[in-house]
Amino acid sequence: MNFSEVFKLSSQLCKFSPDGKYLASCVQYRLVVRDVDTLQILQLYTCLDQIQHVEWSADSRFILCAMYKRGLVQVWSLEQPEWHCKIDEGSAGLVASCWSPDGRHVLNTTEFHLRITVWSLCTKSVSYIKYPKACQQGISFSRDGRYLALAERRDCKDYVSIFVCSDWQLLRHFDADTQDLAGIEWAPNGCVLAAWDTCLEYKILLYSLDGRLLSAYCAYEWSLGIKSVAWSPSSQFLAVGSYDGKVRVLNHVTWKVITEFGHPATISDPKIVVYKEAEKSLQRALGRPACPPPRAAESKYEIASVPVSLQTVKPAADRANPRVGVGALAFSSDNYFLATRNDNVPNAVWIWDIQKLRLFAVLEQLSPVRAFQWDPQQPRLAICTGGSKVYVWSPAGCVSVQVPGEGDFQVLSLCWHLNGDSLALLSKDHFCLCFLETEAGVHTAFRPPDHCT
Amino acid sequence: MGDWMTITDTGLSSESKNISQYTSETKMSPSSLYSQQVLCSSIPLSKNVHSFFSAFCTEENIEQSISYLDQELTTFGFPSLYEESKGKETKKELNIVAVLNCMNELLVLQRKNLLAQENVETQNLKLGSDMDHLQNCYAKLKEQLETSRREMIGLQERDRQLQCKNRNLHQLLKNEKDEVQKLQNIIASRATQYNHDMKRKEREYNKLKERLHQLVMNKKDKKIAMEVLNYVGRADGKRGSWRTGKSEARNEDEMYKILLNDYEYRQKQILMENAELKKVLQQMKKEMISLLSPQNQKPRERADDSTGTVISDFEEDAGELNRESMWDLSCETVREQLTNSIRKQWRILKSHVEKLDNQVSKVHLEGFNDEDVISRQDHEQETEKLELEIQQCKEMIKTQQQLLQQQLATACDDDTTSLLRDCYLLEEKERLKEEWSLFKEQKKNFEKERRSFTEAAIRLGMERKAFEEERASWLKQQFLNMTTFDHQNSENGRLFSAFSGNSDQDNPTVHSRPRQKKPHTMSNGSPVCTSKLAKSLPASPSTSDFCQPRSCVSEHSSVNVLNIAPEETKLNQVGRESANQKWSMASRPGSQEGCYSGCSWTYTSSHVEKDDLP
Repeated sequence: MNFSEVFKLSSQLCKFSPDGKYLASCVQYRLVVRDVDTLQILQLYTCLDQIQHVEWSADSRFILCAMYKRGLVQVWSLEQPEWHCKIDEGSAGLVASCWSPDGRHVLNTTEFHLRITVWSLCTKSVSYIKYPKACQQGISFSRDGRYLALAERRDCKDYVSIFVCSDWQLLRHFDADTQDLAGIEWAPNGCVLAAWDTCLEYKILLYSLDGRLLSAYCAYEWSLGIKSVAWSPSSQFLAVGSYDGKVRVLNHVTWKVITEFGHPATISDPKIVVYKEAEKSLQRALGRPACPPPRAAESKYEIASVPVSLQTVKPAADRANPRVGVGALAFSSDNYFLATRNDNVPNAVWIWDIQKLRLFAVLEQLSPVRAFQWDPQQPRLAICTGGSKVYVWSPAGCVSVQVPGEGDFQVLSLCWHLNGDSLALLSKDHFCLCFLETEAGVHTAFRPPDHCT
Repeated sequence: MGDWMTITDTGLSSESKNISQYTSETKMSPSSLYSQQVLCSSIPLSKNVHSFFSAFCTEENIEQSISYLDQELTTFGFPSLYEESKGKETKKELNIVAVLNCMNELLVLQRKNLLAQENVETQNLKLGSDMDHLQNCYAKLKEQLETSRREMIGLQERDRQLQCKNRNLHQLLKNEKDEVQKLQNIIASRATQYNHDMKRKEREYNKLKERLHQLVMNKKDKKIAMEVLNYVGRADGKRGSWRTGKSEARNEDEMYKILLNDYEYRQKQILMENAELKKVLQQMKKEMISLLSPQNQKPRERADDSTGTVISDFEEDAGELNRESMWDLSCETVREQLTNSIRKQWRILKSHVEKLDNQVSKVHLEGFNDEDVISRQDHEQETEKLELEIQQCKEMIKTQQQLLQQQLATACDDDTTSLLRDCYLLEEKERLKEEWSLFKEQKKNFEKERRSFTEAAIRLGMERKAFEEERASWLKQQFLNMTTFDHQNSENGRLFSAFSGNSDQDNPTVHSRPRQKKPHTMSNGSPVCTSKLAKSLPASPSTSDFCQPRSCVSEHSSVNVLNIAPEETKLNQVGRESANQKWSMASRPGSQEGCYSGCSWTYTSSHVEKDDLP
């Protein structure tokens, strides 16, 4: 693994362009666009205020910078540096801004979710969408960019509107049978829309593109419900993580549960490999206790022998949003694996084998897992825990890499490059790129031979 | 009269004493009982008469005594002591004979009584002991009864307590249930309350929002604007179109097209999956037929009737179906036919496997019975040791021969020395001869041992055969497991791959799985054994056994298989004929290899054969 030099960054705003050629990062009110290969600065744009949100258009030709405090959005063109566009939402305020999939419209959500304004870069036309719902995930574009599904709230009832993105025409409008809709998400094939209820009630609804209710699923009652939802890239599975610490995987034919993944605190199945991060015992430091090690101790993975009991956190029952339940889940790009994090076992990442529908591996870190993301090209999971290390898991093994550089580079977030060759590591006010060698030149904690297949 | 009584009493007691004395005597000699009796009675009587009757009868009162005795005796039913008098006036005469008779009778009676008494006494003793025993028993039982009663009471008490507890628990449960119900009700009411409140709040919020909207939006906020240097073209290069009914219809059309496409795609996937499953089913059926038919040829001879006929039916069936290749039709009848036939065959296979299982278990039992079979490892070790010894002996012979030759050569050179050495030579010769004989004996022993080992080898072969049978059954089972597993597996795989979009790539892997697995499992089980066996005794009948499955396969396989088959069968025949010969052959490493490669080759050939199966 090689690392680039460290660049400045603010608000963890660093994005690869969708075509993988550029890297946009924000430093205060400046937007810097670099070439991914050389990391040379290609463009430098200056915005009117501190940038709070940045987003590439789908065709990688425009970048949107939102300054919510000022109710401003500035759009920059990569091809024409002199071209500029400024959208002012005025006294209506601004809380969210995003591109439409065609990269020619900007959707701005005003304060209090009064409306969504659709600004066109091609024409003077401005469209308004009223009654957007203020919820976890109220806007969802289909993968092919044709349709926009929008959660709405009118007269204390939830509705879903489906718009055609090409001309913002309302295609379907139907009421969702939910108490308080929390989120919607298109299946990657764009034919099924999943809508789930607020955490007070376990309910997930599946709607066809034409507004028909395909299925409704409720696992249990009287308890906190859904916490996270993820579609498999093949649209074949819908994984639903809930507050009871389980992931239920629904299939796309009958929309029934095909399996339930519990997250037990003790793992006793010898087939499951448990990678435990362990601090390397620094003999030098022991030899000279007078001088403290300059950096955090290096760590490595050890294969723990089962049964392993994982560190659990007792959630405060009397507080809202308890740290319990499956808060993050993601399918690998090839559909073979599902990575999950149970929030009351914050140090562990579970990796499930979707083909065999069973637990495959568990990674226990030394500190709580901040974020994880799958390599877009192969089953490889990058994990960060807010420390100065980045962890990569693949079916072959697991590796922990110290981010070089002066000072402590605390990796708070990470994102993969499109081709899976590099990884952007973001800390509070810096970022660097991590290049993964395709050849195995790194030490990996290989699995014991009896697990090799 | 009172005096009389006392007197008689003492008299009687003394008499009884006497009698007991003499009875003890009689007991000593029971044979001469009567005569002694008479004698004894006469002698002691005469001695004791005086003392005896001193109290009762004196000179003066003889008459009275006699009359008294007469009276007494008559009352007891004895004949009178007096002679029958003719007249009443005449004095009664004492009849001695009668007296004696009476006495004798009395004595006999007395003896009887004594015996009876003894009996009664013993009985009494017995009864007394019985009584004691019974009393003991009674006491014990009573105790037992008491304890059990106590126990019962205790148990009853416990039962009562438990019931009490149970009742309490029931009550608690009920209470808890009530509580739960209550809490649920509370939750529900809270939820409704919450929802109600939420709705109220939301309404207010909406009102506020509306108001805000009016305030903010209707003010003609000059600030709300977009500054653009120049408008850019659309991504698709087209110009924006007006919203019309037409466009709406077009959108609808497009949507339905997308949905339709999706459904078509899914249908295609499902069809493919179906076809794949059908193929698997078909293959399974074929394999089942091929698996069942060669084995059931034999049972059919055993006139095992129904299964055989059924199989032949299905063979025909299969042929028909194959010919018509109507698998693609998802026609109801075909489906039914297929599933039915598969089901039936499955049943047959199951029964067959069960039979095999039984066989195996039988073989197992037999195998465990004869314990004098040498384990293969021991056998190998032993042979190795022997071979080493032989080698050493050979070397010794060679060196000795060399020495001899050297000595002979030197002897030819020099006559004098030879003469001098002659004696030594002779001595040495003698020694050599001795050694030679010893050697021969050793050789003989070796031969013997070798023979015993060949015997053992034959026995091993038998064992091997049993093992082969077991292995076959195991393989069968494995195969069954595999087929079911693979079936499922492929199903899973299909399901997975069908919708993941790379089905074309997945197909071969799914297919290859059963193929790969089969040789693998075979190689897992047998080559290790065969190689071991080849080293130790390649001539054993096991190799022929081993070849059997291949020869079965070769019925419908390529020419290559046929080419090698005769060679091996010949080898096997030779092996059966003379184990000894085989032994020597086996000791050469070349032949081992040949055999082994032959074995491995059979695997590959079978593998290839498997591949040919559609």
